[in-house]
Amino acid sequence: MSERHVIQVTVNGEPHERLVEARKTLADFLRQDLELTGTHIGCEHGVCGACTVLVDDQPVRSCLMFAVQVDGARIETVEGLASGAKLHPIQEAFWANFALQCGYCTPGILMTVVDLLRRTPNPSREVIRRELAGHICRCTGYHAIVDAIEDAAARLRGPAITDAR
Amino acid sequence: MTERAVAISKAVGQPVRRVEDPRILAGQGRYVDDIKLPRMLYAAFVRSPHAHARIERIDVSRAINLPGVVTVLVGEDTAKLCTPWRGILTDYVGMKTGSAYPLAVGKVRYVGDPVVAIAAVDRYVAEDACDLVHVEYEPLPPVVDPEVALRPDAPLINDELGDNVILRAGFDKGDVDAAFARAARVYRQRFVVGRQTCVALEPRSLLASYEAPSRSLTVWMSTQVPHMMQAIFARILGLEEQKIQVIAPDVGGSFGLKIHCYSDDVAACLLSIVSGRPVKWVADRVESFATDIHCRDHTIDVDAAVAKDGTVLGLRSRVVTGVGPYSCYPRSSVVEGNQVIRLLTGPYRIKNYQADLTVVAQNKTQMSQYRAVGHPMATMAMESMLDVAARDLGLDPAEIRRRNLVARHEFPYTTAFGYVYESGSYLESLDLLLAKGEYAGWRQRQGHARSDGRLIGIGLSCFIELTAPGSFYGSGGAPVSAQEGATVRLEPTGKVTALIGVTTQGQGAHTAFAQVIADQLGVTVKDVNVMSGDTRLVPYGGGTSGSRGAVLGAGASILACRQLKKQIARVAAHLMEAAAEDIEIAGGKVAVRGMPDRALSLAEVAWVVFYKSDKLPRDIEPSLEATAHYTPERSLTWTNGAHMAVVEVDPETGLVKFLSYVTVEDCGPMINPALVREQVRGGVVQGIGSALYEHIRYDEHGQLLTRTLMDYLVPSSAEMPDIEVYHLETPSPHTVGGFKGVGEAGTTGAPAAVLNAVNDALSPLGVQLNATPITPDMILDAVRAARGPDAGTPARTGGHHGP
Repeated sequence: MSERHVIQVTVNGEPHERLVEARKTLADFLRQDLELTGTHIGCEHGVCGACTVLVDDQPVRSCLMFAVQVDGARIETVEGLASGAKLHPIQEAFWANFALQCGYCTPGILMTVVDLLRRTPNPSREVIRRELAGHICRCTGYHAIVDAIEDAAARLRGPAITDAR
Repeated sequence: MTERAVAISKAVGQPVRRVEDPRILAGQGRYVDDIKLPRMLYAAFVRSPHAHARIERIDVSRAINLPGVVTVLVGEDTAKLCTPWRGILTDYVGMKTGSAYPLAVGKVRYVGDPVVAIAAVDRYVAEDACDLVHVEYEPLPPVVDPEVALRPDAPLINDELGDNVILRAGFDKGDVDAAFARAARVYRQRFVVGRQTCVALEPRSLLASYEAPSRSLTVWMSTQVPHMMQAIFARILGLEEQKIQVIAPDVGGSFGLKIHCYSDDVAACLLSIVSGRPVKWVADRVESFATDIHCRDHTIDVDAAVAKDGTVLGLRSRVVTGVGPYSCYPRSSVVEGNQVIRLLTGPYRIKNYQADLTVVAQNKTQMSQYRAVGHPMATMAMESMLDVAARDLGLDPAEIRRRNLVARHEFPYTTAFGYVYESGSYLESLDLLLAKGEYAGWRQRQGHARSDGRLIGIGLSCFIELTAPGSFYGSGGAPVSAQEGATVRLEPTGKVTALIGVTTQGQGAHTAFAQVIADQLGVTVKDVNVMSGDTRLVPYGGGTSGSRGAVLGAGASILACRQLKKQIARVAAHLMEAAAEDIEIAGGKVAVRGMPDRALSLAEVAWVVFYKSDKLPRDIEPSLEATAHYTPERSLTWTNGAHMAVVEVDPETGLVKFLSYVTVEDCGPMINPALVREQVRGGVVQGIGSALYEHIRYDEHGQLLTRTLMDYLVPSSAEMPDIEVYHLETPSPHTVGGFKGVGEAGTTGAPAAVLNAVNDALSPLGVQLNATPITPDMILDAVRAARGPDAGTPARTGGHHGP
C-alpha cells in the first residue's frame, strides 16, 4: 500500500477534491475516482496516445502521470468537448468525415487536435500527419482523420458550416 | 409528391453518417473496462518467464495473506473446475494437439503462459499479490524453430502426442509434372513472412459475474462472437447454455484477435465462480503482446512453371509454420496455413497446382486467425512470382497479370484447389487501377527518376477475398454459427427496433443495417435503432469474422423486413378494406396502390396492433415483429480488387516512402460506400504494417523480445500515405442483395503491392527481397551487397527472421 494524499483539481470546469494513493495514475484517477471513462487506456507506456488529456492546456499522457502531480491543475478531457447533444466542431468534423471506427483511440486524438488547432489554426496535411504521430489508430489508416482535422480547422476558423444531413 | 420523393430516395448506396459516432465522440462509449459492478474484484496473473519449463513448486501463501486479496487459483485448482479444451477441427484429417487449461498444469509452454490467477479489490493490489507469488521452474529445452521442432530428436511440447506435428496437409491437382516439363522457365523463390500480432487498441477485456444460487453466469466481454463464447463457456465451465449471457458492449477493435478462447479469460470466469463476486480482467499491453494470438509467420517455397508468353502453367508450394504450443480453440491454428496454400493461385487461371503444408507446435505464443487469414501471404507469394517472371521475360507487370487473370466470361470459375469464384471483375479492376493510379505516367516518371539515380518502384497486386464463409468451422465441430439472425420490430410510434446477431467492433455495421432496414420499410435511417452483441437480446448468430457481417446481417435483416411487411400489409389491408397484395409501404406510409388518399401512417397501423388488437379479426396475429435467420445458398462469396503502391527507397537510410497508393475493390453493391472505403483504407494500413514494420521477435531461447508498442512498430500517421479507393460493383448471384464482404480486402492486397514496389525500386541493383517486414537493414544490406566491392555476392533475400 502506498501513502495517500488529498488533491484538488478542476476537470472540465468542475472542481474536485479527492484522497488518492500516491501511485495512482492520472488515467486511473479520471476513470475510476471521477468515473470519466471517456479517457481510454491503450498501452500504459505512453506510446499509443489513447489516454491523452490536457493539463493546464498541455497535452499529456495520463497513463504516465500520477494523480498527485496534477494537484491544483486544470484538466480537460473528452467529456468536456460537447455540450449536451451539441457536438464540438472538432467532433462534428470527425463524424462528417468517417474519422473513427471502433472509437477507442478517438478521445485522445480529439484532445490532441484541440491543442493543435489552438496553436495552429490552419495546419497543412503534412503538419497534421506529424502532430498525429503520437497516436495509434488501428482501424482507420489515418486518411479520414487527416481529412477531419482539416475540416475541423476550417469549421473553427470560418463561419459555421451548415450541414446537409 | 414529397412523400413519393422520400420513398424513392434510397439509403442503401449512400455515404450515410455513422449512427454509432455521436456517443463515442462525446466520450460516452461503453467498453468493458468502463463497467463497474457492486463488489467487483480485479484479476491479475502470474505468467511464465520461460518458453518451456516444468513447474516444480508454487508458493502462494504470501499472496493470499495480502490485505485485499480474495481468491488465488493455480493450475490444478482450475483443472478440477473445468473441462480442458483442444483446438481440433475434425475435417482436417490427422490433426492433433494438446489439451489446454485455464492455468498451466505441470508445464509452461510459452513466455506469458498464465500460472497463477489472483482476484483482489483493485488491480494495483492484485498485481502486488502477483509479486508475492514464488514459482520454482525446472527449465526444459525450448522448441523455437519449426524445422527443429520437426526433427525426430526434438523435445516434445505435448508429451502424450509423440511428436510436434499438428497437421500435414496438401493436394495435387491437374498434371503438375507435365506443366513443369513443358514450361519455358521455372522460377523458385522462398518467401519468409514475419510473425505479427493484431494490436487492437482496446486490450482483451472481460467482466464475469457468477450467481451461485441460479448457477448463471453473465460475461461482458470484448469479443466478436458472443454466441460462440456462450457455447464455449457452457462446454468448459459445465454450465447450462441458457444460463449464460455474453454481452459485447462497445468493442475497441478486434481484427480476428477476439474470436478465440483464451486461457486467462476462462480463469477470470473461474475467479468469479470461486469468489462468488464479479471479476474484471483487462490485459495490459505487455500481456497483449505475450498472449493475444500471433499470426502470419509462414515460410513459403514456391516453384512456378511459366510459358514464354507469361502464362503460368503450374505451381508447387511447400509451406511450413510454427503455431505455438497448442492449436487455438475453437477455430484451430491450421486455417491460416491452409488458406495460404488454397488461395495461392489467386485470381489467376492456374489449373495445375500441388501444395504441401506442415503445421508444427513450438514454444511460442499461439497463432491463429488475423484479418485476412492467409490471404496476404498467398497474395504476396503469387504476385511476387509474377513480377519475377515478368522481369525475366521482359513483360510489363500489368501485362503478365492480364494474360493470366480469370476473365468475366469464365465465371463460375473453379480453382485448382476447388473453390468456386461465382462472379468478379478481375481484368476490369486491374484496368481501372492502372487508369486511376496513372500507371503509365508513373512508369515514365520512374524512368526519369532512375536516370537521376533515384530508386522509385511501382508495385501491383491483384487479389481475391474469400468472404461470408458458411460452415467453415461448424463442419469441423467448432460452435461457430454459419447462419445469422435478425429481429425487426415496429414500435407503437411507427419507428423500428432491430436486433442483429452480427456484432460490431468499429466497422459501422449498425449504420449499414439501419440503411438496409430503412429502405425495406420505407422509413429514414434515423427511425431505425439497431442493437447487437447481447446473447439474451439478439437472435442466434455467428458474430463477426471472415468478412461475413454485412453479407449475413443485411441478408437476415432483409428477410425479417419482408416478413414484417407482410404483417403490416395484412393489418393495413383490413383497416383500409383493401387486398393485402395492394398495400404499398413507403415514406413512412402504408397506402393502397394507385389510391394515394387511402393511406395510414406506420404509427396508425402499429397503434391498432399494440393497443386495439381485440378489434382485429382472429386470423390476423397481432404482431409487428419478425425474426429471420439467413444462410447464403453457397458457403462463400468472392470479393476482388487490385492495389498499386508507388514508393521511393532511400539507399542511404533504407527507408521506404510512399509516393502514391491506389486501390480498386469490388464487393458487389455497396450498402454504404464510405464504410467500404474506410474498411479498405484501414486494411491497407495494416497490410503496410505487415510489409514494412510489424514484427514479433523471439530470441533463440523462445524469449519474447517485442513486448511494447515501442518494440513492435504499428504504422503511424506520419509515414502513411493518403489512400485512394475506387469501386466496381459486381453483385454476387448467391447472396440476398448481391452483397459481398470487404473487411479484409485492404489487408489482403497491400503487402504484395508494397513488396513488389520495393523490389521494383531495387531492380536496377539486381536485388530481390522476399521477406517481410522489409526493414531498413535489409534494404541497406542489399544495396551494399549490390554496390560494394563484393558486388558479385548475392544479396540476402530472406531468412533474416531469427528462430
